Amino acid sequence: MKLLRWLWAVLRPWALLLLVAGCATTADRDPRDPFEPMNRAIFRFNEVADEYVAIPVATAYRNVLHIEIRDRIRNFFGNLADPWIGINNLLQGKPYEAFEDGMRFIFNSTFGLFGLHDVATDMGIEKHDEDFGQTLGRWGVGDGPYIVLPILSSSSVRDTVGWGVDVFTGDPVGYFRPIALRNSTYALRLVNRRSELLDASRILEQAALDKYVFQRDAYLQRRRNLVYDGQPPREPREPEEPEKEPAKEPAKEPAKEPAQPQ
Amino acid sequence: MKTIVNGILATCAWLLLATAQAQEVAPDVLVKNVTTEVVDLITKDKEIRSGSRAKLIEVIEARVLPHFNFTSMTALAMGQNWNKATPEQKKRLVEEFKTLLVRTYASALSAYSEQRFDFRPLRARPTDTDVTVNVRVIQSGAQPVPIDYSMEKTASGWKVYDVMVGGVSLVANYRTEFNATVRDVGIEGLIKNLQAKNRSLEAAPPAPAEKK
Repeated sequence: MKLLRWLWAVLRPWALLLLVAGCATTADRDPRDPFEPMNRAIFRFNEVADEYVAIPVATAYRNVLHIEIRDRIRNFFGNLADPWIGINNLLQGKPYEAFEDGMRFIFNSTFGLFGLHDVATDMGIEKHDEDFGQTLGRWGVGDGPYIVLPILSSSSVRDTVGWGVDVFTGDPVGYFRPIALRNSTYALRLVNRRSELLDASRILEQAALDKYVFQRDAYLQRRRNLVYDGQPPREPREPEEPEKEPAKEPAKEPAKEPAQPQ
Repeated sequence: MKTIVNGILATCAWLLLATAQAQEVAPDVLVKNVTTEVVDLITKDKEIRSGSRAKLIEVIEARVLPHFNFTSMTALAMGQNWNKATPEQKKRLVEEFKTLLVRTYASALSAYSEQRFDFRPLRARPTDTDVTVNVRVIQSGAQPVPIDYSMEKTASGWKVYDVMVGGVSLVANYRTEFNATVRDVGIEGLIKNLQAKNRSLEAAPPAPAEKK
């Protein structure tokens, strides 16, 4: 119930804006991104928030805490995430991977001292990356339109729904009590995550002619890759084919993306 | 004196070229060798470690560039617009795109901090002329990040024509951008945009590599 109410709260503004945006214009917009004007506006807002809040905080965090400590923190949160990753692997019909996730959680929680050390990776049991958005993708749900969420940034309709499920059911931190502890843990996780992306975001900044487009395409490609667990059907090597026009770009992506919850 | 130096340089260049062509190295071996060599260089070289970007770019140009086919990359990134460009425009496009990629690559390398590489065995038939070489970057507490090199066999050895990081193809990513730019401002406009981008990177080098 709480989940539904929350989803509605999040989605309502979009539903309205989508209606408006849908009626307005279109020109030669990327078919995967029908709401580009609105997305771009939110993207600009995010950029400012990132530049003036997130990056300074993450940079300070990175400069103050030794890498050893930051690694421990990343491992700790990675370990908390493994059970839910395992459940998603089960839901996607991958019992062996789910079993590995379970083993990871057991080894890391015990020998790894509450997950501070990722002994499982050293033992050769690798971590997986799954979330409910990917599970939906596996079940055949398409991404739906690309959307940029405030603060959380790149997502799609499917991944936003998936993320909601992740946050309200699959995230152990959500069950932390008292609330103050839960919220500080959320904050720590967020800052830690942003600090790990400092290099990547700097590179993105540099590589892109139009950062919005670059990030969108990278996100959609990435999610598609994750849904197929790194084995998406190989795309034909372009170009030369007899004038198909840009339509092929979107057409070849049957299913991609959700969001990056943690 | 100058002549001698020039002579030596020319000989070195020729030797490098000759060795590069002589060895018909398998693509996966090539990726492994170059990666190991470059990582070794950047972790040991004092100048690079103290943040010398020029030196880093020098290393990339000497060790990495010869194994890339930038014309292929540019053609792929341009998609259908490639054939609409004049030979002269193609040349400039390749040049600008190459500069941009080298700079980006330099930033990526300077972010390197002792991750481990897992070089996957090549799954291809000996007769294949178009293969994907898989490497994975392993880090504790996170899923390994795959780096896939799409390589084609050419007269001068195997050349990379696309790189996929975590499933994101560089070439495909640029294709949308290039398409949109060409549609809006034409091929000349795209070249200008690339030039402007490269100039801005030169003028304001990326923030110094932050503390690891």
